[in-house]
Amino acid sequence: MKFGGLVWANLRRRKIRTLLTLLSILVAFVLFGYLSAIRQALAQGVDVAGADRLVVRHKVSIIQFLPENYESQIEQIPGVAEAVHATWFGGIYQKPSNFFPQLPVKPEEYLRMYPEFLLSAEEKARWLETRTGAVVGRATAERFGWKVGDRVPIQATIWTHGGGKKTWEFDIVGIYAGAEQGTDTTAFLFRWDFFDEARDWGRGEVGWYVVRVADPDQAVAVARRIDEEFANSPAETKAETEGAFVQAFAEQVGNIGAIMIAILAAVFFTILLVAGNTMAYSVRERTGELAVLKAVGFTDGQVLGLVLAEALALASLGGLLGLGLGWFLISLGDPTHGALPIFYFPSRDIVIGAVLVIALGVAAGILPALQASRLRIADALRRL
Amino acid sequence: MSGADGNLVHVDGVSKFFRRGSEEIHVLEGLDLQVPEGDFLALMGPSGSGKSTLLNLIGGLDRPNKGEVTVNGERIDRLSERKLAAWRARHVGLVFQFYNLLPVLSAARNVELPLLLTHLSKAERRKHVESALGVVGLSHRMRHLPGELSGGEQQRVGIARGIVTDPTLILCDEPTGDLDRKSGDEVLDLLQALNRQHKKTIIMVTHDPHAAAWASRRLYLDKGQLSTEPVV
Repeated sequence: MKFGGLVWANLRRRKIRTLLTLLSILVAFVLFGYLSAIRQALAQGVDVAGADRLVVRHKVSIIQFLPENYESQIEQIPGVAEAVHATWFGGIYQKPSNFFPQLPVKPEEYLRMYPEFLLSAEEKARWLETRTGAVVGRATAERFGWKVGDRVPIQATIWTHGGGKKTWEFDIVGIYAGAEQGTDTTAFLFRWDFFDEARDWGRGEVGWYVVRVADPDQAVAVARRIDEEFANSPAETKAETEGAFVQAFAEQVGNIGAIMIAILAAVFFTILLVAGNTMAYSVRERTGELAVLKAVGFTDGQVLGLVLAEALALASLGGLLGLGLGWFLISLGDPTHGALPIFYFPSRDIVIGAVLVIALGVAAGILPALQASRLRIADALRRL
Repeated sequence: MSGADGNLVHVDGVSKFFRRGSEEIHVLEGLDLQVPEGDFLALMGPSGSGKSTLLNLIGGLDRPNKGEVTVNGERIDRLSERKLAAWRARHVGLVFQFYNLLPVLSAARNVELPLLLTHLSKAERRKHVESALGVVGLSHRMRHLPGELSGGEQQRVGIARGIVTDPTLILCDEPTGDLDRKSGDEVLDLLQALNRQHKKTIIMVTHDPHAAAWASRRLYLDKGQLSTEPVV
């Protein structure tokens, strides 16, 4: 630590340059945080998807419907423990930008299928008593200030009722919480029986099925059996694990992971040049001072260590502040107000960020540090 | 501790050349020099005569192409880079023409630099620094940055840095070259006191006869050779 003061003094030598470099690094790591959170959001559920759950949809497309009576047939297939259906409602609350998913479901079966949705017994009982009842995730409830007892109008974009009416009204009877950090608490769930009876068209059709398999190791085999069961029928199916389904859904806009890595690689390469340039200048402008350090007895290794420590201190200060600021801003919530329902800085990516901070420091400092350590004292002093 | 013959420094048959492109520039040719312990030697000569090169060889800042350099009984021309650095830290105090203080460190922190390489505690280092700055008469300027000190004061800080480890040998390269006469005399007076009162062996490179007059012995270097009289 006795060399710490020397490192710190050198960083303060050109305050503006150090500050600008720090800010560049800081912004890069804030960006890293946001991209990590966005990647996590787009791949939402992939990490937290139940390994024992399959999603069964129409073979042609997710927007094609499946018959409601597939449920009992699916439950007869060996390896299936339980099946439940859901349908995309696609309504609007007040304005189109207020996006959140709304799904008509069978309350008991759906909550059994998704034990990560935590609802009190009292709220669950109230939902079963109320045909127009809906339960909403905490994130969406907090976003719109909803509480139990509120009546919420939703404008339909697909499903009209009562001969063309678009406005559906639901009574909030419960607010569910998520069991895990990544659990989606943006969904608005309402009763299937109320929806199916009231809608103008499509009765007896559902969007997709969620299937629990008895043995997760047999999930692929069970999926194949389900597809075989409905092969050559008017509504053929495509069954896949929930994780694969979510991944495919996320990648409709492209390979998110690859895009993120490409953006980050470009950002970090630029920052590496900025930080490396700062360190190179810093070493070049004090060649004489480094020669003096060696003259008074500092070894090549000690000079190398000092310059490397400066680069690491610069990267650590900027990088860790950036990660911290990124974490704080991300914790304020989804900047799109609903398009990214699961939005957080994964702890795994925070660790990767910390490793990147160190890698950036070493990469930016190693060449100037080697240059400084190889300095020939007599030559450098002669140039003064 | 000097050798059996009382000489602290032995330079035997030393040659040094530099390459400039394909050309070899011979600065020193088979040069011999002995410096007794407790000597205050002024090395004089015109620019480019090799005074600083010789000083660098004696201080272990450079290596000869040929010959031997022995200081305090140790063949320093044969030491590895690492051992040579440790040797410099222990045995050599350096004073430069342009002071070469680190502008971002206070006078005290500049003086402390060589002590960072020792095992001394922070309190012990501070004690040594205060003592060294006391010797050069700058106890009251400890916290000042070099930019806040006059040239003479900066050079005295440089001398304090040179003596803080209590080195065997003090090497000064044109220590008054950047100072006015009054400040230069103060610095030379200080070096003379270090030699006479603290028994420090000092080799000073200078081209200024006035500065050389403060030394107890003068040698003249020209065309790679030493003599006791200036070459006309």
